Amino acid sequence: MFVGVRRNKGDTVTDMPADTVAVTGWGRTAPTAAQLIRPRSYEEAAAAVRECGTRGGIPRGLGRAYGDAAQNAGGAVLDMTALDRVHAIDVTEGTVLCDAGVSLHRLMELLLPLGWFVPVTPGTRYVTVGGAIGADIHGKNHHVSGSFARHVRSFELLTADGSVRTVTPGTDLFDATAGGMGLTGVVLTAAVRLQPVETSLMSVDTERAADLDDLMARLTATDHRYRYSVAWIDLLARGAATGRAVLTRGDHAPLDALSARARRAPLAFRTPRLPAAPAVFPEGLLSRRTVGLFNELWFRRAPRARTGELQRMSTFFHPLDGVPHWNRVYGRGGFVQYQFVVGHGREETLRRIVRRISERRCPSFLAVLKRFGEADPGWLSFPVPGWTLALDIPAGLPGLPAFLDELDDEVAAAGGRVYLAKDSRLRPELLSAMYPRLADFRTLRARLDPRGVFTSDLSRRLAL
Amino acid sequence: MKDAFGLPQSLLVLGGTSEIALATTRRLIARRTRTVWLAGRPSPALDRAAEELRGLGAEVRTVAFDALEPEAHEAALGKVFAEGDIDMVLLAFGVLGDQARDERDPVSAVRVAQTNYTGAVSAGLVSARALQAQGHGSLVVLSSVAGERARRANFIYGSSKAGLDAFAQGLGDALHGTGVHVMVVRPGFVRSKMTAGLPEAPLATTPEEVAAAVELGLRRRSETVWVPGALRVVMSALRHAPRAVFRRLPV
Repeated sequence: MFVGVRRNKGDTVTDMPADTVAVTGWGRTAPTAAQLIRPRSYEEAAAAVRECGTRGGIPRGLGRAYGDAAQNAGGAVLDMTALDRVHAIDVTEGTVLCDAGVSLHRLMELLLPLGWFVPVTPGTRYVTVGGAIGADIHGKNHHVSGSFARHVRSFELLTADGSVRTVTPGTDLFDATAGGMGLTGVVLTAAVRLQPVETSLMSVDTERAADLDDLMARLTATDHRYRYSVAWIDLLARGAATGRAVLTRGDHAPLDALSARARRAPLAFRTPRLPAAPAVFPEGLLSRRTVGLFNELWFRRAPRARTGELQRMSTFFHPLDGVPHWNRVYGRGGFVQYQFVVGHGREETLRRIVRRISERRCPSFLAVLKRFGEADPGWLSFPVPGWTLALDIPAGLPGLPAFLDELDDEVAAAGGRVYLAKDSRLRPELLSAMYPRLADFRTLRARLDPRGVFTSDLSRRLAL
Repeated sequence: MKDAFGLPQSLLVLGGTSEIALATTRRLIARRTRTVWLAGRPSPALDRAAEELRGLGAEVRTVAFDALEPEAHEAALGKVFAEGDIDMVLLAFGVLGDQARDERDPVSAVRVAQTNYTGAVSAGLVSARALQAQGHGSLVVLSSVAGERARRANFIYGSSKAGLDAFAQGLGDALHGTGVHVMVVRPGFVRSKMTAGLPEAPLATTPEEVAAAVELGLRRRSETVWVPGALRVVMSALRHAPRAVFRRLPV
């Protein structure tokens, strides 16, 4: 009765690999067991959807959502990473047509030598195109380029009835799927518009901000000059230094910015990697003291002001990708990432929250503050014009559940919201206030998927 | 679903009038719990408990359940699980018995064993299967330090808890990797109506403290929780004391 069911593993050539395993998100909290199915073709994916039991199924990419978005207790989880073909690259128009399981890392490897870059990248390259649409991810260029789905020309969606639909922007199904956390169906392929680049290097301006007000003033005044902009904020700094930060902003370096030597291979994609974090990491290593020291060193190391520094893309966009399995440093208790956005004019809420976090002395590594641009059309897309703050906190921190509930209240009262791709603990009551299009989303799901085939732990927890 | 902190949205309490269970339930309702099932023998006390919890804002239902009727467990608990996922089962029923009387009256001694041990084996297995089918959930089993090493003063109760404790540990290992988490809670002397009138033991605790320890254990996904935590060390020493010494100890 309690033996893990190992079904069909390699029984016949036609059977999909499937295994019952405990699954978590990137934060490594709340593991639940699901049958992990790895379709290798669209037909296998369709068969998996048709054969989902009463507990349904949910697509999963590279598992970078922090919470329970790509988990489905007692049901099926469709690991989409075997669908990883790039079908066509249009080098004149700048579009790519690829399977949903292709990672942004793979796209960069293929596209950079051709002079193209992905339109939006989050803090990690190890997300799939399907996941990028499902979470409608944003990056450092949101204030200029919007979210990922803005650059999707169309995608093919496998819906609950087992049929495949071509979905284009401007339709309800597109807007429900962009940011819909995989609950409208399984994205099979997508056509994505690309960003032209002359080199694979970034030209980066770095400056320090003495406190939160200084930081917000700098971002407000000069963000429009940069394609990419982000601030790393030290939430352990207190008093007058509360909210001190390092701004790094930049754009793709033009060819003439490179040295003669670098110009010989201007589009080389280099991704140095350190050894992976060990599987078992001692608990308690991340204390206020150690994290505070790290933040201090990091702040001091940054130049007060430096312009035009050439950085690798991996250094600028994805510093944490250099340490595989960095999420293990939080130990077996895991961690939560809290990311919220409040609109312009709600700076007071942001200030209060930063002050509260800093007074509480959460041992939080560098948090990220970003100024969002225009809202995106996805019904459950996260970005709205305003300020977004993201921070990691060890899940075992005493008093954390109630503290984050209080922050939720502040965020909701200010008309803000938390990011579902990061969430693992929001109260369901707050969701409809945070996402006004939630009712439309539920209606569309009820019509498209009356049996609730697409179900995740997230959708159960928040009654999505 | 439980959240990142292991806090359940739905809770099934086996032994719905247990003071420790109700203190735990109150605490969890203050967090995330919205649906509560109180399983127990139908009684005014059970209804009162349900009413009190409703006052805290939870949707509470009662279900007839008797530890001494294992044949009926499948049907009674099956009904609960059929209504929707249960994120946490709190196995809290148990009787202390009366050591002096039970030594004279083997039938009443057996009733203690049946309630605390065989009743829990049945209810535990039924719950475990249902949790495994839904792929998630915590089974929290209220054991006791009394089960860690049998004492002259209450070995009938102690042996029943020893059986329960060993069963729950084994069940936890059997369910490892299935998404189901089994947590054994070993409180020391708890001041409650069950222990009213008894001489208080050192490191005595309260239902509220046990509830707090359960919440923390859920968050840490602990397999064993001692309340208070110092009992872990104390019992470790006592466990290794020679029989001749242990017999003479005033514990």
